[in-house]
Amino acid sequence: MEKILVKKERNPLKTTLHTVYYLIVFGLIFWGFGGIEYKGIMQTAASSINALLDGFINPDLAYATNGTVDGLPYAILETIAIAISGTFVSAIISIPFALLASQNIVGQRVSKVGKLIVTMIRTFPELILALIFISVVGPGAPAGILALGIHSIGMLAKLFSEAIESMDMGVKEALESCGGNYFEVLFRAVLPQVSPELLSYTLYRFEINMRAASTLGLVGAGGIGAPLIFAIRTRSWERAAVIIIVLVVTVTIIDQISGRIRKKLV
Amino acid sequence: MMDKITVPKPRRFRRNFVILTVAFLILGSAWFAGFNIFEVMGNLYKGSRLLGRMFLPPDFSYIPRIISPMLETIQMALVGTFVGAIIALPTAVLAANNFIKTKWLHVPLRLILNIFRTIPAMVLASLFVAVFGLGAFSGVMALAIFTFGLISKLTFESIEAIDYGQVEALMSLGANKMNVLRYAIMPQILPQYTSYTIYGFEVNIRAAAVLGWVGAGGIGQTLEYNLAWRNFDKVGMIIIFSFAIVLVIDLVSSAIRKRLV
Repeated sequence: MEKILVKKERNPLKTTLHTVYYLIVFGLIFWGFGGIEYKGIMQTAASSINALLDGFINPDLAYATNGTVDGLPYAILETIAIAISGTFVSAIISIPFALLASQNIVGQRVSKVGKLIVTMIRTFPELILALIFISVVGPGAPAGILALGIHSIGMLAKLFSEAIESMDMGVKEALESCGGNYFEVLFRAVLPQVSPELLSYTLYRFEINMRAASTLGLVGAGGIGAPLIFAIRTRSWERAAVIIIVLVVTVTIIDQISGRIRKKLV
Repeated sequence: MMDKITVPKPRRFRRNFVILTVAFLILGSAWFAGFNIFEVMGNLYKGSRLLGRMFLPPDFSYIPRIISPMLETIQMALVGTFVGAIIALPTAVLAANNFIKTKWLHVPLRLILNIFRTIPAMVLASLFVAVFGLGAFSGVMALAIFTFGLISKLTFESIEAIDYGQVEALMSLGANKMNVLRYAIMPQILPQYTSYTIYGFEVNIRAAAVLGWVGAGGIGQTLEYNLAWRNFDKVGMIIIFSFAIVLVIDLVSSAIRKRLV
């Protein structure tokens, strides 16, 4: 039997380029490791880990069943409320931004500017937004809602505009040829066509916002984050454990429900 | 003669019910969270004054002092992404249900991955700060674990979606599992895996910029310090500076990702 030889094509320029890429990437990673100072594990680490595991075995059940404002159920509900309101606010504001970033609505030049604006919003960390809004409306859930509402525009408007750009333009042209004005075209041709996708993306963002809302409390913007960070800082591991368990379970349940709805939508 | 065509009206009950429920949920949560749009509007003046103190003008002379924490932030993101991505690749192979068909392996693995992705990086970081002490190392650990969960999940979904014909072709020639992995699965998922890793880096650079809030190193620590001392012009400069760096990294890496897949 003859051996079958497959000859690989080699392009010298490409190979050199690839080597350069690899060198750059590994150089960067090497440089990164140089910057992370490993001070060794604290002497208390072993006992901390023990206490932490102990906390997970005996979670603070009294806190989990405390129905007052200081209890866990209230904090979780507040987190969900922040996520829902924040997502709603951003979904509404995202529509004009999405239209501004869609090439088939406003033309190529304007859409480039719109896309850049959306990218800039997406890049701005939500915790810093939360800090800014805390100084505007004071600490509490409203600051968290505003932070999520603004930050989520970055992702939602991008996904919305992609949905709008890939829609069937025939309906829009038909309405325009019948003399429909701008708003008629928008509300009768563009939005009805993309609305299932818009809803699906909004739900997806809601899942992400659930996770985000649980960290906003770290800076004082409401929700479960504040009691959690307090429990960790004071090393009340039983309480930290119960919060983490309930948080993970809640987020997973919400993920499942919203995933089912999304599957039905699109 | 033409008959009148009657179009039966669609049943609206279900739709209206859904709309009402959603409206109730939204209004209910706005009420529960104490969100009042008029109050927000009323506070706009106070907010604009504060923004003025931050950005009009920011303290430009502060830039040289924030370069080194910013570099530390980038280093944290690089190392966290690298470590997380390296562990993610074998895990993803084990968690995919088409290559290894043992159920007792991939069901618990997926559960663990899910839990890792659900715990926010900030919470992980504050846990690690409590265990390993203050500093970038705790932040890197948190980023690595979060990235590991994220990339593993995306990658095992890609493995499950590969073209299985190539695997079968190799199997029919008598290739063993390692050969199948090397010649049928890896070539198909490597571009996506690389793309997910770069995406993880984008996410991590944003996360690393704020991890310092809980004492886990990077520019967030400088930010917290200045906010505590109410040096608003310096805060403004930190925000602008880190925003610019993150934006540049984001644009570069999404350009790379577009070429990959």
